[in-house]
Amino acid sequence: MITAEEIRAKLLEAFPNARVQVVDTTGTFDHFDAVVVEESFRTLSRVRQHQAVYEALGDAFRDRIHALALKTTAP
Amino acid sequence: MSEKISLPIAADQRGPGQQSAPRTRAQGGDVMSEIEADVKGQKVFLYMKGTPDFPQCGFSARVVQILQHLGAEFGSCDILVDPEKRDAVKVYGKWPTIPQLYIDGELVGGCDITTEMFQSGELQTLLGASK
Repeated sequence: MITAEEIRAKLLEAFPNARVQVVDTTGTFDHFDAVVVEESFRTLSRVRQHQAVYEALGDAFRDRIHALALKTTAP
Repeated sequence: MSEKISLPIAADQRGPGQQSAPRTRAQGGDVMSEIEADVKGQKVFLYMKGTPDFPQCGFSARVVQILQHLGAEFGSCDILVDPEKRDAVKVYGKWPTIPQLYIDGELVGGCDITTEMFQSGELQTLLGASK
């Protein structure tokens, strides 16, 4: 269990200048939609962008989030 | 002095010339080596839940459908029957979910990215490019 705000904070830690939006889609603290708009993504393929987000979430992802629908892009 | 330091490191990091071929667990390799053998042994390889004929998950089924629609030949591995590999694949791909599609030994993505790349035509380009 994790809150959308905790996920957002974790992502902003890794990407301080990004625009980050996280929504708890089921209200059960384990299924989320996330949008990350980050300048450094401009040169990365989509799989690398997602990998960067997963890495930023680290253990939180494996243990506490069941599902994350992720959208990443450059501004 | 710097030689003394660099020697053991050099012994650890096998140079490109002497890299041993990836081996399956049956051949005495570890599970990571087996994954490398999977994804580098053929152009297209899919880790999935179930088999191409009997997918056990909608996301895996969609990737299979796309590959079959494009007439791509691909190897696959059902991670549901191999818990050790299921965990190892997530570490290997730095990717937390299954399915995972590999082309030319590189992770392309899961279901969402594969679908987007199919719709944009990028996937067809990747599959068509011979290596």
